[in-house]
Amino acid sequence: MGEYGYFEHDADIGISGSGKTMEEAFEAAAMALFAIQSDLSEIEPKKKTVFDFSENDIEFAFVMWLNRLIYEAKSAGLAFCRFSLERKDNLWHGEAEGEPWRENMTRGVEVKGATLTCLSVKQEYGIWEARCIVDV
Amino acid sequence: MDISRLKMLSRDAWQTDGAILFGSRELISEMDEKVLEQITNVASLPGLVGKAMTMPDAHWGYGFPIGGVAAFDAEEGGIISAGGVGFDISCGIRCIRTNLHSEDIESHMKPLADALFRSIPAGVGEEGKIRLSVAELGRVMREGALWAVESGYGEKDDLEYVEEKGKIEGALPECVSAHAKNRQLGEMGTLGSGNHYLEIQIVDEIFDRDAAAAFGLEKGKALVSIHCGSRGLGHQIGTDYLIELAKAAKRLGLILPDRELACAPILSEEGRRYLGAMNSAINIALANRQILAHLTRETFKSVIPGSKLETLFDVSHNTCKVERHMVDGRERKLHIHRKGATRAFPPHHPDLPERYQAAGQPVIIGGSMGTGSYILAGNGGNPAFASASHGAGRAMSRKQALKRWNGRSLIDELARRGILIKTRSMRGAAEEAPGAYKDVDRVALDTESANLARRVAHLSPKICIKG
Repeated sequence: MGEYGYFEHDADIGISGSGKTMEEAFEAAAMALFAIQSDLSEIEPKKKTVFDFSENDIEFAFVMWLNRLIYEAKSAGLAFCRFSLERKDNLWHGEAEGEPWRENMTRGVEVKGATLTCLSVKQEYGIWEARCIVDV
Repeated sequence: MDISRLKMLSRDAWQTDGAILFGSRELISEMDEKVLEQITNVASLPGLVGKAMTMPDAHWGYGFPIGGVAAFDAEEGGIISAGGVGFDISCGIRCIRTNLHSEDIESHMKPLADALFRSIPAGVGEEGKIRLSVAELGRVMREGALWAVESGYGEKDDLEYVEEKGKIEGALPECVSAHAKNRQLGEMGTLGSGNHYLEIQIVDEIFDRDAAAAFGLEKGKALVSIHCGSRGLGHQIGTDYLIELAKAAKRLGLILPDRELACAPILSEEGRRYLGAMNSAINIALANRQILAHLTRETFKSVIPGSKLETLFDVSHNTCKVERHMVDGRERKLHIHRKGATRAFPPHHPDLPERYQAAGQPVIIGGSMGTGSYILAGNGGNPAFASASHGAGRAMSRKQALKRWNGRSLIDELARRGILIKTRSMRGAAEEAPGAYKDVDRVALDTESANLARRVAHLSPKICIKG
């Protein structure tokens, strides 16, 4: 399992995820994003969403992955806590688990979308890191 | 920002390559270097007319700086940029005057705040009571606030005081993705999160008596300001077109200094589609604020019988709009990007309602929940394509604010100062701490000094429903 973190931006929030594989880094970044909206430890993985998308450019794919998760969560009224991503060439298969918002859940702030600002996906010393600014 | 790199044009205007930054030495010096880098990047985009500009409240954004203004001419290869509008398309402020005095608000503080908190869906994970079909959403995308009023949300008089009379032409719902439409079906009449709010404010200082009289502002009277935008639909359009336009720019040979400036020529197929989708989102935002104004009016009446609420003005600050401006003695049709900047039409502008013809357009600078807001009026001779500041502007990142403030303590501190905050998010309250913003008094003063707009009244916060 990868690790996630945040970096500075004046108006919005920088998120990052790192892991042994690119997919693991993307999954960790998804944790960073959804931890802005809620407390992940309070969310039960009761419902699963699956989706596919295609993209050749790995940096665009990272932004598409995050934005697709935002869409899936918003359209189904879910708070997500678990993420999984598989890649075969330019085809990506994503899964997310969570539950509907409850009254007593900790509320953070809504993420409107992942941006192309400070976007990078790179591997250094065997560790993948993916990062970008998200608009809140 | 190292201000020595800029050429001083006046006390409140500073020039660099292709760009002008408005604001005093004090505000410009406090801005992040990234503001300069971003507005210089904007100045390099094709078809720019005049200079790219930043308002006194500018801060580091994504692609465009927040507080950025840039005009493009379609006939000269000018572009339209999704990054130049932002994710929250047509985010803006509906300002409503009331017949209530500060004592009326003081004597109903808690019941009024509680009732508004119940009736206005606010914060992440909250949905509205309105559920639209895709077909009905199509009507909203074409008709904006007019749809809302015809559906029973508000009064016809409201529309007179909404930009574009509540409905912008040029919406193309067929250019809006199924994902964007699906995301909006349960979000009409919701406030959102982050820096969005519904605030009850008291006029505590008048600077311009004539304009204040035209706007119906009196010292001691209560106003309501509602800050929100096009919700999920706008966010998804921003998401969809950011990638699409970034790819189009590459295909069309546009060399972008920052991918977030994702854009296409206005006259290209991609440009036409984004413009149509963005106009659809503008109408959604206008309808959304109309519904929220209606819910607010109903709530006031239920708590304080005899309350009368009238729309003062509704102005957006994340848009690209087609306007006519004089440039070098010639009238030109331009696409004006305002990202975190408010339109500020001068007196006698044909698009202003009769009531505001002599005063100019009401311009609203929304402050933080603890420091107050300003109403200004548009001036003749505005040097920024009739644009002005839109808010206090962040001075500190959300990450820094979270380290420095605790949401609960902050709310308690504001309560001791007589300001009642209602929110579901303690994190959101901490991130939006008044200390995380620039000095709004300085921003308003610099806006006036730079002739972007003139101060009419200062408003102090009493109740704030935070998203």
